[in-house]
Amino acid sequence: MAVKVMIPTPLRVYTDKKDAVLLDGTTVGELLQKLTSQHEQLRKHLYAENGTLRNFVNVYVNNNDIRYLNEEKTPVRDSDVVSIVPSIAGGREVV
Amino acid sequence: MLKFTDHDIATMNAHAARTYPEECCGVLLGKTDGSEKIVDEVLAIENSSSEQRARRFIITPEDYRNAEANAHQQGLDVLGFYHSHPDHPARPSQFDLEHAFPSWSYVIIGVDHGCPSAMSSWLLLEDRSAFEEEQFEISISNKTPMNHPKEKPWQLK
Repeated sequence: MAVKVMIPTPLRVYTDKKDAVLLDGTTVGELLQKLTSQHEQLRKHLYAENGTLRNFVNVYVNNNDIRYLNEEKTPVRDSDVVSIVPSIAGGREVV
Repeated sequence: MLKFTDHDIATMNAHAARTYPEECCGVLLGKTDGSEKIVDEVLAIENSSSEQRARRFIITPEDYRNAEANAHQQGLDVLGFYHSHPDHPARPSQFDLEHAFPSWSYVIIGVDHGCPSAMSSWLLLEDRSAFEEEQFEISISNKTPMNHPKEKPWQLK
């Protein structure tokens, strides 16, 4: 079963410039593990050192944020599209 | 190298002044030509941070997706983002570092007592350890600045 995983523009340098990668898997977590195994340099940009997804990295199954589904255990089917979408955040230091 | 027009600069400065003392934010749309990023449009975005907006900004994934769709409709890409640092230098913070992706440009506008006073652009290093400053160039355009330039809020001090 192959699911399409969409790669955000700045990370395509790590996927041979592909905007999408087809992966086999039954959950979002399984897909992301395969993605970061195949493209190892993606890992540090998607995952924090404690192994959790960085808090500004959002993952959608079709148009649904996995935070409102079953997180990385969210099941996927071969017709689904998984998208990695950043929140953009920042600001000055605390004074 | 990031390339702007004076119109782009005026738009970002007007936005930063208008939202002072809160942070403003927006998206840079344009094209990449070799090592040059040529900004074609500066898109102001509502700061979605629910708290501490004087030192935090958030562009939600929904706003990001809309900006990206907007860019693609025009044959452009998202080149990066801008935000302001009210009463703080135009240098990236640790918080900025922790929320960045490589290759995007992160423009920061320093705002001093409501008046935009400095601008810099930054790129995240590959190993995520730090930002490096990115050079930018400003050309002259004939466009009228956007974002309610008549307000000129930086003149209201």
